[in-house]
Amino acid sequence: MVNKSGIAKFFRHNTAAYLFLTPWLLGFFVLTLYPMLYSLQLSFTDYDFTQPNSTQWIGLDNYRNMYASVRGETKFTSSTGEEVRVDRYYKKSLEVTFRYVFISVPLKLIVALAVAVLMSQKLRGVSFYRAVYYIPTLLGGSVAIAVLWRKLFEKEGLVNDFLGTLGFADLPSWITNPEYSLYTLILLTVWQFGSSMIIFLAGLKQIPQEYYEAASVDGANKVRQFISITIPLLSPVILFNLIMQIIYAFQSFTQAYIIGGGKGGVLNSTLFYTLHLYIQGWTYHELGYASAMAWILLLIIGGITAVIFISSRWWVSYGTGE
Amino acid sequence: MKNSTLIRHTLTHLFIIALGLIMIYPIVWMIVSSFKPNNMIFSDPGLIPKAVTTDNYISGWKGYAGTTFGTFFINALTICALAIIGNLISCTMAAYAFARLKFTGRGLWFAIMMGTMMLPGHVTLVPRYVMFNTFGWVGSILPLVVPKFLATDAFFVFLLVQFIRSLPKEIEEAAIIDGCGKFGVFLRIVVPLAFPAMVTTALFTFLWTWDDFFNHLLYLTRPDTFTVSRALRTFVGDAGAVNNWGGALAMGTLSIIPAFILFFSLQKYFVQGISTTGLKG
Repeated sequence: MVNKSGIAKFFRHNTAAYLFLTPWLLGFFVLTLYPMLYSLQLSFTDYDFTQPNSTQWIGLDNYRNMYASVRGETKFTSSTGEEVRVDRYYKKSLEVTFRYVFISVPLKLIVALAVAVLMSQKLRGVSFYRAVYYIPTLLGGSVAIAVLWRKLFEKEGLVNDFLGTLGFADLPSWITNPEYSLYTLILLTVWQFGSSMIIFLAGLKQIPQEYYEAASVDGANKVRQFISITIPLLSPVILFNLIMQIIYAFQSFTQAYIIGGGKGGVLNSTLFYTLHLYIQGWTYHELGYASAMAWILLLIIGGITAVIFISSRWWVSYGTGE
Repeated sequence: MKNSTLIRHTLTHLFIIALGLIMIYPIVWMIVSSFKPNNMIFSDPGLIPKAVTTDNYISGWKGYAGTTFGTFFINALTICALAIIGNLISCTMAAYAFARLKFTGRGLWFAIMMGTMMLPGHVTLVPRYVMFNTFGWVGSILPLVVPKFLATDAFFVFLLVQFIRSLPKEIEEAAIIDGCGKFGVFLRIVVPLAFPAMVTTALFTFLWTWDDFFNHLLYLTRPDTFTVSRALRTFVGDAGAVNNWGGALAMGTLSIIPAFILFFSLQKYFVQGISTTGLKG
């Protein structure tokens, strides 16, 4: 039973805290929760913000469209029984994004870990080296670097110039060749391994030096020590980096947008999922479809994160040194 | 034994230096090339220019559609300054509540806050755009700035919560015994002590807002409201061709100067920010 003094107590207890939380709560309800629900609703419509009054409820059509695209069909039957053309680039954008994420993230983490291990030795000037290695990460997300990247990997770019002096001839334009263009973006991502490296370095510092000493007394070589001590003790950090980088990589946009000149590049070879979403929503005004795409993206990221979390029971150890 | 360690260390140093040089080469090349005459950027790709000119800076500065890069810099700095103020106020307030105050539903709200950190922004993108469009905000800086006053960057709330939790409680308890209210404790004790974490927040807010392209592309529709990152895109044509490479590289070089200055003057805050929250990038 709540009596009057109980209510008074409740308010005295909570008022200050909720006042401090007011901006965040407002932001959560107005800019996150409501938009999420609204976006879910829009995903079942053909909403176009230039003609909001002609919006129609089209059921699962947006999702059907994506499904048909993944299955490689050219037409699908809409909820009204019409034959509708499939968004044939949806499948392409999924392929490009999956390839990008599952190549760039592991490579980035491997490079970050290798460099972190190298730097965790007691060397002079490590903080300086760390700073230099962080510079690409500091600047890599900027439009300036994306523009520069175009230049480096063009036919007459710096990379071909360098390869030319090594004796290679007939080099392609890496940026505009659909076979290679995605790999220039992957390279750009791997180049920015600085944050992961710093997190690995912090994790490596937590591993007690005695473990390595004991292992070398027992005759374990460096490789053995790395596999049996470093990797298991660092596994929580690897898990953290892996999840953050995957979530982040799925949402990449700027670099592909700039390098493709606002489109998906030659033969849509760099049509990232988010870029396709942007083009559908803001070039073709298919905002209902863009909302549905966003929800599928959320499900994909959520699903992959969940799988990694579940699998971590077998490969992440939270033993000593945590 | 001693000798082999010395050799190994020297080799490691050489390897780290060599790799480091390769890594920063593109950036050094951009800076150097921005001072080369436009027609020599590709015919003379070396690091030591045969001729030095500031023409690229003059031609690039002219900007886009009659608006110079002076305006783009002012626009970007204005948005950054407002974003920093917004994040500092709203995120520190929320963090204080989560870290120190006991209230009904704290666990639930905190879990929700952590959840929003992992939420891809795209699921809120369309409705936010529609909402800002209804308010008549599209084309202004409001969609870029107002969310910051509502603590939408959960990363920073989390960073500040972690930091405030690590502060000794005794000072706050003493202040409460002395008759200081929760707001007094927040303003006079928590804010000054949380200063380092607030610097980290300000720093990353600046960098992300400065480098943000997607939101600027969506919401800044008139050339006179463009930011530096939005304006740099105008050097790249629709098919991806670039006409004024010299200008693009020169303005690109100018655009990275703020990040450089902040990085080298506030290095320890970077490391702190990255290692406590694994800041994206």
